[in-house]
Amino acid sequence: MTSTGISRLFPAVLAVIILALASVAPVAAAEADLAPLVQEFSNRKYDPKVEAIEKLGASGDMRAVAILKALGNRDLYTMKSGDRVVLARETADGMAISDPVTGEDLGTVPEKALQKIRLNNRMRRTISAAIGTLTLMSPDAAIRGDAAESIFLSRDDDDLEVLDAALAKETDPDVKLLMEQARAAIVLENGSPDEDLIAAIAVVKSRGDRDALSVLTGLANGEGPVAEAAKEAVTGIENRLELWGAAQNVFYGLSLGSVLLLAAIGLAITFGVMGVINMAHGEMIMIGAYVTFMVQELIRTSAPWLFDYSLFIALPLAFLIAGLIGMAIEHGVIRFLYGRPLETLLATWGISLILQQAVRTIFGPTNREVGTPDWMSGFFKLGELTLTYNRVYILFFSFAVLALLMLVMRYTAFGLQMRAVTQNRPMAGSMGIRTGWVDKLTFGLGSGIAGIAGVALSQIDNVSPNLGQSYIIDSFMVVVFGGVGNLWGTLVGAMTLGVANKFLEPYAGAVLAKIFVLVFIILFIQKRPRGLFALKGRAVEQ
Amino acid sequence: MTSEQLAAGSILYLDNVTVSFDGFKALNNLSFVVAPGEMRAIIGPNGAGKTTMMDVVTGKTRPDEGDILFAGHTDLTKLDEADIAELGIGRKFQKPTVFESHTVRGNLELALKTDRRVFNVLFGATRADEAERIDEILETIRLKDRRASLAANLSHGQKQWLEIGMLLAQEPKLLLVDEPAAGMTDAETAETAVLLREIAKEQSVVVVEHDMTFVRDLGVKVTVLHEGHVLAEGSMDDVSNDDKVIEVYLGR
Amino acid sequence: MSGLLMRSLDRYAVAFFVLLAAVAILVPLANLTLPAGHPLHVSTYAVALVGKYLCYALLALSVDLIWGYVGILSLGHGAFFALGGYAMGMYLMRQIGTRGVYGHPELPDFMVFLDWKELPWFWHGFDQFWFAMIMVVVVPGLLAFVFGWFAFRSRVTGVYLSIITQALTFALMLAFFRNNMGFGGNNGLTDFKDILGFNLQAGTTRAGLFIASAIALGLGFLICRMLVRSRIGQVLIAIRDAESRTRFLGYRVEAYKVFVFTLSAAMAGVAGALYVPQVGIINPSEFAPANSIEVVIWVAVGGRGTLFGPVIGAVLVNYAKTYFTGALPDAWLFALGGLFVFVTLFLPQGIVGAVRQGWGKVSRRKRSGDEPAKPASQAAE
Repeated sequence: MTSTGISRLFPAVLAVIILALASVAPVAAAEADLAPLVQEFSNRKYDPKVEAIEKLGASGDMRAVAILKALGNRDLYTMKSGDRVVLARETADGMAISDPVTGEDLGTVPEKALQKIRLNNRMRRTISAAIGTLTLMSPDAAIRGDAAESIFLSRDDDDLEVLDAALAKETDPDVKLLMEQARAAIVLENGSPDEDLIAAIAVVKSRGDRDALSVLTGLANGEGPVAEAAKEAVTGIENRLELWGAAQNVFYGLSLGSVLLLAAIGLAITFGVMGVINMAHGEMIMIGAYVTFMVQELIRTSAPWLFDYSLFIALPLAFLIAGLIGMAIEHGVIRFLYGRPLETLLATWGISLILQQAVRTIFGPTNREVGTPDWMSGFFKLGELTLTYNRVYILFFSFAVLALLMLVMRYTAFGLQMRAVTQNRPMAGSMGIRTGWVDKLTFGLGSGIAGIAGVALSQIDNVSPNLGQSYIIDSFMVVVFGGVGNLWGTLVGAMTLGVANKFLEPYAGAVLAKIFVLVFIILFIQKRPRGLFALKGRAVEQ
Repeated sequence: MTSEQLAAGSILYLDNVTVSFDGFKALNNLSFVVAPGEMRAIIGPNGAGKTTMMDVVTGKTRPDEGDILFAGHTDLTKLDEADIAELGIGRKFQKPTVFESHTVRGNLELALKTDRRVFNVLFGATRADEAERIDEILETIRLKDRRASLAANLSHGQKQWLEIGMLLAQEPKLLLVDEPAAGMTDAETAETAVLLREIAKEQSVVVVEHDMTFVRDLGVKVTVLHEGHVLAEGSMDDVSNDDKVIEVYLGR
Repeated sequence: MSGLLMRSLDRYAVAFFVLLAAVAILVPLANLTLPAGHPLHVSTYAVALVGKYLCYALLALSVDLIWGYVGILSLGHGAFFALGGYAMGMYLMRQIGTRGVYGHPELPDFMVFLDWKELPWFWHGFDQFWFAMIMVVVVPGLLAFVFGWFAFRSRVTGVYLSIITQALTFALMLAFFRNNMGFGGNNGLTDFKDILGFNLQAGTTRAGLFIASAIALGLGFLICRMLVRSRIGQVLIAIRDAESRTRFLGYRVEAYKVFVFTLSAAMAGVAGALYVPQVGIINPSEFAPANSIEVVIWVAVGGRGTLFGPVIGAVLVNYAKTYFTGALPDAWLFALGGLFVFVTLFLPQGIVGAVRQGWGKVSRRKRSGDEPAKPASQAAE
């Protein structure tokens, strides 16, 4: 039914419709054997063939749709020896033939052994009508909807009668609407009187999508009441589409924002809370992504049935591994550099170089393939929005990580100690908190979260040793823009920058948009050096 | 007296100054007046707004509302730190802040009242009268023997004095001194009091202090701050007998 | 002024100049006059290499001037270097004339390739050497001035400043990668033919560029030396050690910072301009943030807050880089990364600082007199 070649051919003969109406109702006979009917196509005369087509149309058997399409596309042949009707497909060795009803493979024969089944215009019309009957009146509402949709797209006058017949019978309101819209689209192009046209315009307008727009645009050029109505409808649809387009952009922006958020949350801990400039933060993300890769490799070789769960297995592992590496870095280097932020910056940059090179040495410099589980692949439509599952999941995942982190900070003993140490180290120390350990765990937490982010980002980015580099500047921008030491600020910062970026892109292109955003942040920081959600007061300045 | 008259006759005039940090009012309708040539001590418990008061006077923090006038007419709320310093207000920090990589003498040279614009500083050298002035100050702050030492190598008390010396070199009309006695030995504290009294002969001084003995030693008018506004004002004896003051501060 | 010049030329400075002059004369001489087989012959490749080191040393000096003496850690100085390089590159492109692949008399090849019809406005004037040389200083200087004006007036300091300088060079890199910027996109500017009419491939031209680099480094050193020994230098160090104290003494800290930042950017621009004809290419990767951070480590290795330090650091680290990338390419990033960690943890004052400390101990034992000049400590806070 999706083949426009066939649906264009939709002819409608009243008799056929009546016949169809009469015979479709008792669909119980659907499981009739199709083979004898198909074999009728071997007949040289046209009348028996037309009759066979009509019977197929009345059979209510969905297999008939494919057979009729094949016939319409002239893919059905008779074998010169034995007159058997077969479905043939051209291959390098000759014609691959199969049974049109069962699909059974019948081997390959030379082209000369086959005779194409001939069609005339009457047959073509009958085929279209039969397919229309089968689909538009199929017991399955989805098939009826699809059929109406494809008529809308082809807008073939010949389909009008089948459609009217189907409309009269239709009970499902959604499908009925689709059919009405399809009907209106045909009416708009078959020279009906003005009143009908204006009514049809209103119906088509109700679709409000790009296809409706293309139907109406042609009518809008001209004078008179019809053109006026069409113009109005076009503007209405354009406005609606613009809104949906904006919504789609917001989604893209939020999606980019969620990526930035994931990349930046860990940094919001290490930089925002501890004040440690960790330039190796991006490498923690990269490690998370490589952990995902390794988990999937292991699953591929030893337990393929686990593949759909690979990300759930990778998450805790990535958190642990990145967290432990982070703690090792804190223990080996950063610990000695507290209170010297610029030195910390340089030392951690050095660490990032070492980690990158280490991963390059172990896994090679090229991109590694990380698979996407089935439940994360594909997309769905929401109104005019196209949402891919992986982006939607990552969006929610980033919120979940942030929420979890906030809970940890607010309600756990560790969170309390962490806040105590960052606010007043000597006091916390004198109250028996082991500040050194708290530092280490805090840094481990920030790094571990970066590792988790790596698992998610492995789904949408190339997993290579340079993965982290592409996030480090953006992450810092987010944290600084949102306001250091404020997780809400990080959330708002990430989302604002993401959405701003995506809204600039249509006008400026991706690269310029990024440059604009960077320049904006540079200017913004100079206006509000402490970010959007700045902590004010004396304590901050020390 | 009207507020105009009050302002006109003062070196420092604060009227209804309010500063809030995220809803917390560090200063709450703070008003007080310092007369020219006066030395004033400001006391108050932690968080009373003493340091914030210094911040707004020296231009580090902008008040949300209120007026701050210097020498009766200059509106300080519009100026930044460098402008205010040029006007003749010197500030000593709570934590001694000197230039550790410079010598004692170098610190004082930097503080000397000279043209501070970039290109005039570029090729300047110290003149003879300036050298004399530096010697005088070194005498006052008792660091004559240490003039060639790096400031980093001074004791805590000496750093406090050096910082006071730097303020003197600035030749300010008004000195704001934040806890000069903090971290000093008793002997140093007593000597600092003497030093400040000497300075106060020529300049107006506002001293913020925690140490009650020290304030008593100064023997000047005292302003008590509490929760960002003035709780009481008067001599040390008056203030220490004030019920409100005893309740929030001295009594505990 | 002359007094300041004399004060700046103590025996260490004189030793530096003598050494630099010796290199500037002997290296090209050994390249041009000695036959290839001679044991003291310096290959043309080596001349270009050492010439490159000299440019790097000047760049390191410019970073040290603001980091070591004012405490501003710029992670974007590569941008100023690259801008200077592009200004020189534009001059060299215009010198190609009709000798390009497409033989267009005015448009460089990449513009013909992009089907541009006329020269963009910002390419005008670059056919004149003097104009290009002014731009080498003015473009980076102006950018630094505007950037510094905004940043320092808003009191952006410490790591915040470092991060936005990094964002600055990153943004410029993205911009220069775009073809429609008009700077050759990905490929940058290359295939240069000659400079001031001298063939760039000729040994004598290379020797000339080498000597020019040495002179530029010498001048840069002298300017920095005079600056830090002047009163302004004392104020700069004061800003580094106690910024708000300086402010409360009445110094316009932002004006001093903008001044030094601009001067430093102009120096970096000159270094870039001398670098480009010696390596024969300039492309957007020079703006990469990693490059700018690498410069910082040269300074740290040599010793910040000293003027010999960055020169020594730039030459040593780059020599090591040349060696490693040739002999053990995979190990270079390990070595460089390790160097960052090692220097910050164990050699905070760099080589020069460590030597001075050692020397200070010795001399104090000899005569317990005046304290030795203490190297700048923890300049960054």
